[in-house]
Amino acid sequence: MMQFMLLFSRQGKLRLQKWYVAHPDKIKKKITRDLITTILARKPKMCSFLEWKDLKIVYKRYASLYFCCAIEQTDNELLTLEIIHRYVELLDKYFGSVCELDIIFNFEKAYFILDELLLGGEVQETSKKNVLKAVAAQDLLQEEEAQQGFFEDHGLG
Amino acid sequence: MLSFTIRVDGFIAIGIVFNPTFNIATIKQVINEAVERVRMPTPMRLRDLIRQIRAARTAAEERSVVNRECAYIRSTFRDEDSVWRCRNIAKLLYIHMLGYPAHFGQLECLKLIASPRFTDKRIGYLGAMLLLDERQDVHLLITNCLKNDLNSPTQFIVGLALCTLGAIASPEMSRDLASEVERLLKSPNAYIRKKAALCAFRIILKVPELMEIFLPATRSLLSEKNHGILITGVTLITEMCEHSVDTLQHFRRIVPNLVRILKNLILAGYSPEHDVCGVSDPFLQVKILKLLRILGKNDTDASDAMNDILAQVATNTESNKNVGYTILYETVLSIMDIKSESGLRVLAVNILGRFLLNNDKNIRYVALNTLLKTVHIDTTAVQRHRSTILDCLEDMDVSIRKRALELSFALINSHNIRNVMIKLLKFLEKADPEFKASCSSNIVLAAEKFAQNVKWHLDMLLKVLIAAGNYVRDDVVSSTIQLISESVTEQSYIVYELWNALQKDTADRQPLTQVATWVIGEFGDHLLSNTETPLRVMEEDILEVYQKLLWSPQNTIVTKQYTINSLMKLSSRFTSRINNIREIMQIFASHIHMEIQQRSSEYSQLFLKYDNLRPSLLERMPPLELTHNQQNRVSEIINGEQTPSPLSGDELPISETENIQDSNALLVLLGGDNYEQDIVTIAPKQTQSASTNQDLLDLLDLYYMFAGFPDLVNNISNNHISEMIAYDKNGLKIIFSLKPFPGAPNTTSINIEAKNNTHLPMSEFLFQVAVPKTFQLIMLPPSGTVITPSSFIMQELRVTNSAKSALRMRIRLSYNHGGLPVQDLTEINDFPSDCT
Repeated sequence: MMQFMLLFSRQGKLRLQKWYVAHPDKIKKKITRDLITTILARKPKMCSFLEWKDLKIVYKRYASLYFCCAIEQTDNELLTLEIIHRYVELLDKYFGSVCELDIIFNFEKAYFILDELLLGGEVQETSKKNVLKAVAAQDLLQEEEAQQGFFEDHGLG
Repeated sequence: MLSFTIRVDGFIAIGIVFNPTFNIATIKQVINEAVERVRMPTPMRLRDLIRQIRAARTAAEERSVVNRECAYIRSTFRDEDSVWRCRNIAKLLYIHMLGYPAHFGQLECLKLIASPRFTDKRIGYLGAMLLLDERQDVHLLITNCLKNDLNSPTQFIVGLALCTLGAIASPEMSRDLASEVERLLKSPNAYIRKKAALCAFRIILKVPELMEIFLPATRSLLSEKNHGILITGVTLITEMCEHSVDTLQHFRRIVPNLVRILKNLILAGYSPEHDVCGVSDPFLQVKILKLLRILGKNDTDASDAMNDILAQVATNTESNKNVGYTILYETVLSIMDIKSESGLRVLAVNILGRFLLNNDKNIRYVALNTLLKTVHIDTTAVQRHRSTILDCLEDMDVSIRKRALELSFALINSHNIRNVMIKLLKFLEKADPEFKASCSSNIVLAAEKFAQNVKWHLDMLLKVLIAAGNYVRDDVVSSTIQLISESVTEQSYIVYELWNALQKDTADRQPLTQVATWVIGEFGDHLLSNTETPLRVMEEDILEVYQKLLWSPQNTIVTKQYTINSLMKLSSRFTSRINNIREIMQIFASHIHMEIQQRSSEYSQLFLKYDNLRPSLLERMPPLELTHNQQNRVSEIINGEQTPSPLSGDELPISETENIQDSNALLVLLGGDNYEQDIVTIAPKQTQSASTNQDLLDLLDLYYMFAGFPDLVNNISNNHISEMIAYDKNGLKIIFSLKPFPGAPNTTSINIEAKNNTHLPMSEFLFQVAVPKTFQLIMLPPSGTVITPSSFIMQELRVTNSAKSALRMRIRLSYNHGGLPVQDLTEINDFPSDCT
């Protein structure tokens, strides 16, 4: 089971964090800080896996963003790379050639997409089409409400 | 269509478009909302806030923007019924991601969740997942919201609720909502069903006894076509099987179903929906392979049923992309774990062999990792890839080096040890400090196990001492001394080698210096007597090197103690320079360190008053015998622990039975790896009455008390010593040695030894003890407050137990470790009964 997923920039700024196990805020911050420094210090040619405490860390860089997942010892690290890649593909399809700014300004959307791909740290849907369909249908529900409420401003803006 | 515009106070223009179905109430609501908007200024939009924060040039500027906005958000939370709550929470979530506190938004998230609007719910649940986890106390409230939404007619609202339940899933929440989830697990709607399956998985993870209620609805998940349901179903079953043997047995029946699903996946034609680079749904394949592994483990029938499909997957999967390797990797793991056919196993190891040659580092890493798991099953197959594995020791990536190192040690046998050792020693020389300690200990162990002759073994030990320098653990020092002491024929060879090593700068090789001085002290006569060698060693040369060692500030106290002792031993090997040695002893008799000072003054006394006894006292030690205890120690060190006490209970009775007759035998008793102690035996007064065993022990008693080593004597005289590990956490190990306190019937003396097994020093070490009121406690001052890595400090306690009740103790520890304060409290109830 995936323990958590972090997205951060090359400058070390956190862009997204999803925790599938409970930790106090302080611990989460420490883990995040530790991992960001460790991963940013690694050279590009190095392998995507790290042993960190009793977890395996799998990370991959896409353009300026690092995607980093912590998995358990029994999990398949190569498959985790595929999950990361799948998530990137979904973001790309959803935003239309996604860039870091899309994720910064629409972080909630990035979470919504992730929540349709994974649930409780496990893959729930293996079809890209189904994930995007579910997200789009929910976006539509939101849009309809915005019209009903007469104020487009009522959304997140 | 009706359309109109209201202008209020000339501030905001509102365009309203609505369809004719709207009634008066809706219009009223619209107007109310408009009025509220006027009353309260529109809050900043999320997008604008993000822009403002990004525009901040300094951290202080960013902080001020965030603080201003947080203050504003807080103020809006005070107003009930805010129409902007959703937007404010979204902003708060962004602020939270930047690392600012956002806990004050928790209750607002719950209000959003309770709202009928989908937008509110979506953001509310997102906030709940980010801001609360299972440690929060607002759970009861959220459980009620979840219960409502799990019954919603809108599938996406049910979906949001399931997603949140899966993310938080506290034990109470799991118990309260398990039946709802079970109901949804039977839903005809695939979207809900797959989410319910993963919720059930999380619930079982948290509260395993809830498994039963999900069992009936689980099996049918596998008869679905939908991949979402299949993969979540397999995940759920895997979790169930891992929790109980009965369930595992129950699900062995589904092996044919799983095999069929897998077969369909690999044989069915191209399906664009689930295809990843030519592989059909790798996510599902991997999950099924993993479940097959669990079901086939230790079960012949189940294993037989899956042999074919595993072979098919292993041969049919294309391996040129990461996704192909993913499947092959999982297949290899399954083949190795189940009772598979031998041909299949060969196939699996060959797949890993191919992995090892791959250009992709990730694939190589996985291969090394898996070979390590399989090496005990089929060593010869793995041996074939030895040279590739050894090459990985030179990889620039630490993850790969680490794996390759472990695997190399697993592959060593008596045939290949010479070649492997060359590589390992090369690795050790250049290794990062974190590897050196464990690597050197492992090399020593392997050399011990597979050495074909003693000379080669000694060479290896010497090379380890040189290559790993100060990172060598104490066990290597003692086992090297042990080996040299045993191997009489090689002593003259090794003493030369060590002498050569000692002449170079050895400040960063303290363990080497310790071994070298010990050996030269014992066998220095080999150096001096050999007239044939062109490089004949003169007494002056040795003295010069020793003086450098003794006066160098880089050498540790322990090294200097070794050197002083060695020098004293040499005084009986030398012929002309004995006076120089005496002078050095006199100088060191005023050394600032107590131990060195005491030894040196004792040795000076020996020169002055008992010079006739000196040669016989400083005779060579008989070969050390490896005691049971030392063997234990080696294995303990592999596990990263060290026995800090040089003398422990079981070692002594062995020596005692030898029936100590003369001072030589006594040296054996006190010698070995606890070199420090044999200094004490050469105390001046002892020689006067060294005739009988008992007198000697009495004398020793005296001197040990004086020297601060009281445990040994009491150990010999009354054998009542018992040791216990009182604390072993975070690299700090505290050992209690208990014994009756002489002269007071109900008093137990407890020697505390606190050992630092970490790489960082522990400073401001404070050890506090509380005992029940019926006891009296005296604490003597500790030997220090700073514990440097792999050293220890001692402290003595005396507990008087007049009421004869069972001893209990509460200890409190506080120290600074690497700059961080550490505090811990623990209770000790398992004292041996005889000490109370």
